[in-house]
Amino acid sequence: MTSAPHATRGDFADESAPQFEATGGDWDKITEEIRQLGEERIIVNMGPQHPSTHGVLRLMIEMDGEHVTEARAGIGYLHTGIEKNMEYRTWVQGVTYVTRMDYLASIFQETAYCLGVEKLLGITDDIPERATIIRVMMMELQRIGSHFVCLGTGGNELGATTVMTAGFTGREEVLRLFEMASGLRMNNAYIRPGGVAQDLPAGFVEAAREALVLILKYARELENLCLANPIFKLRTVGIGHINLAGAMALGITGPILRSAGLPYDVRKANPYCGYETYDFDVPVSDGADAYDRVLLRFEEIRQSVKIVEQTLDRLERTAGQPVMVEDKKIAWPAQLAIGSDGQGNSFEHIRNIMGTSMEALIHHFKLVTEGFRVPAGQVWQTVEHPRGELGVHLVSDGGTRPFRAHFRDPSFNNLQATSIMCEGGQVADVVVAVASIDPVMGGVDR
Amino acid sequence: MSENQSGGELEPQTSDSIFATAKDEVIGTRSGMFGASGGSDTSGFGGLVTNVVIAQSSPRPYGGWFDDAVDFLAEVLTEQGINPAEAIESVAVDRGELTLFINRKHLVPVCQILRDDQDLRFELSLGVSGVHYPGDTGRELHAVYHLTSVTHGRSLRLDVAAPEEDPTIPTTVDIYPANDWHERETWDFFGIIFTGRDDLTRIEMPDDWPGHPQRKDYPLGGIPVEYKGATIPPADQRRKYS
Repeated sequence: MTSAPHATRGDFADESAPQFEATGGDWDKITEEIRQLGEERIIVNMGPQHPSTHGVLRLMIEMDGEHVTEARAGIGYLHTGIEKNMEYRTWVQGVTYVTRMDYLASIFQETAYCLGVEKLLGITDDIPERATIIRVMMMELQRIGSHFVCLGTGGNELGATTVMTAGFTGREEVLRLFEMASGLRMNNAYIRPGGVAQDLPAGFVEAAREALVLILKYARELENLCLANPIFKLRTVGIGHINLAGAMALGITGPILRSAGLPYDVRKANPYCGYETYDFDVPVSDGADAYDRVLLRFEEIRQSVKIVEQTLDRLERTAGQPVMVEDKKIAWPAQLAIGSDGQGNSFEHIRNIMGTSMEALIHHFKLVTEGFRVPAGQVWQTVEHPRGELGVHLVSDGGTRPFRAHFRDPSFNNLQATSIMCEGGQVADVVVAVASIDPVMGGVDR
Repeated sequence: MSENQSGGELEPQTSDSIFATAKDEVIGTRSGMFGASGGSDTSGFGGLVTNVVIAQSSPRPYGGWFDDAVDFLAEVLTEQGINPAEAIESVAVDRGELTLFINRKHLVPVCQILRDDQDLRFELSLGVSGVHYPGDTGRELHAVYHLTSVTHGRSLRLDVAAPEEDPTIPTTVDIYPANDWHERETWDFFGIIFTGRDDLTRIEMPDDWPGHPQRKDYPLGGIPVEYKGATIPPADQRRKYS
């Protein structure tokens, strides 16, 4: 029994109850001490720094023996005030903030945010077709990458390191494509209000076709590792159960809701970015457990590959078309080009504003420093994120900065299901249940 | 205005005079042409003052399913002995989205009807988000509810205001359990007290944090940064244009 100092221990801490601290390999000593106390009911605090809590998530678990009688999730350990910060930057700069929320699904925040800004501006119909196709392609690739991480880290938390390495190998293909398109593997800031930052480089479509083959191969490999594995099935079948009524009441969306039997997908229910023109299915099952969520994520990877293939055909058809809205009052003036360091501003553009046109220089300067004005009002835009329905609430007061930007992150909402999924089960199942929610704390805490 | 628009229709409409008190949601004013302050606006338009309106109270017909939804809601409210004109302060249709400004006193029955009535069925709540409008005197704090009907494939927004002096709004957790954490977040960031629940604790900020960080009068914070001899002030002290 120790009483280590806590920076945040309040007056409410019950000093009379015996307390133990475990930080590593001293479990034998602790279990022995607990056994001597003869107390069956213990409260375990797991995290926020714990390898199996999927990030800085804190779980407070009351146990009776090995059974979980109460489970509560504590969040806020990764709160960085992104929404507040956005109120002090221009609308375009906001993209670099939202991409850092759910860092495994950056493109979704970017797209949802840009769709919201475009709705506020009233230019939704002016977005070039090619930009929308690129957005869809990037989103579906991101969904594949995010699901690979979910499946991989989920396996890792069960103790299956090979599942983790296989998952990350699959995601690597996605990241390679992202680097090719945007120059960055994560936090791309690639989708911008009005279109995308720049057109795809030469050879992208061919590279993407090759990557899709590998992605399907790695997905199959991962399936072969998991789905029929008796240990994997024992750990996941029937675990983390939440039925449809519970999921609807708690506002759970995404694979968790679909595993409970409702094929609700924003891409079908309220299409955006032209999803109604793509041919794909929304996989659904009724097991309502962690195993079914794994199955659904595998199937969603395959459906996403199907959508990406369709976008590649369209990209070939629209090659050379603009990727940014025509309105020069909104479109970002600078263009990127590959310099000696691999990235840089377009020399043509610099020569134009510095040498030829004073007006172009003023225009560039005003748009970059001041930004564009967005008519006052509020909008709500949702997209189907890998983890559920992502909502963006934007309020403009007519200025060059968001008056308020709020993100309804799906994992923030879905974590509310922790108690329902864990209570009554074994303590080892808590890890599985949380992994099946697939929370990303960057998005939860923002 | 509404009589002109509904004049030629045979079907008797629920008169929109029930929302006669409806007014545009003015959240502040803006002066000058370019948002510049400190006497640097030499355009000659420096004296211009315009209202900033986030939602214009819309005349009927609202279009699409909006009219029906508002009528159904008003009808059931009347059945329950609540005056719809009092519960629904105004109806705004903007950029294809429906916003109902709801009096906080009647928020709970309105949510109950929106969720349960078979013609409405907004069974999925996508959370609560707060907004602080310091310029909206007497209605500074807004809680915005985003509701979706999976059954009918619709969504709408409820906008509920409370003054800073009495920042209370009844809780909707009994109707939409999903709002639990969202209400805690809105309390944490905006200090809106959701009454009727006893577990309204901070969720993102530490338990002993003073103040509510996303209010407009709460500073962003930050320090000046020196880079290559020049000093860049923190983001909230830089020049702004709006």
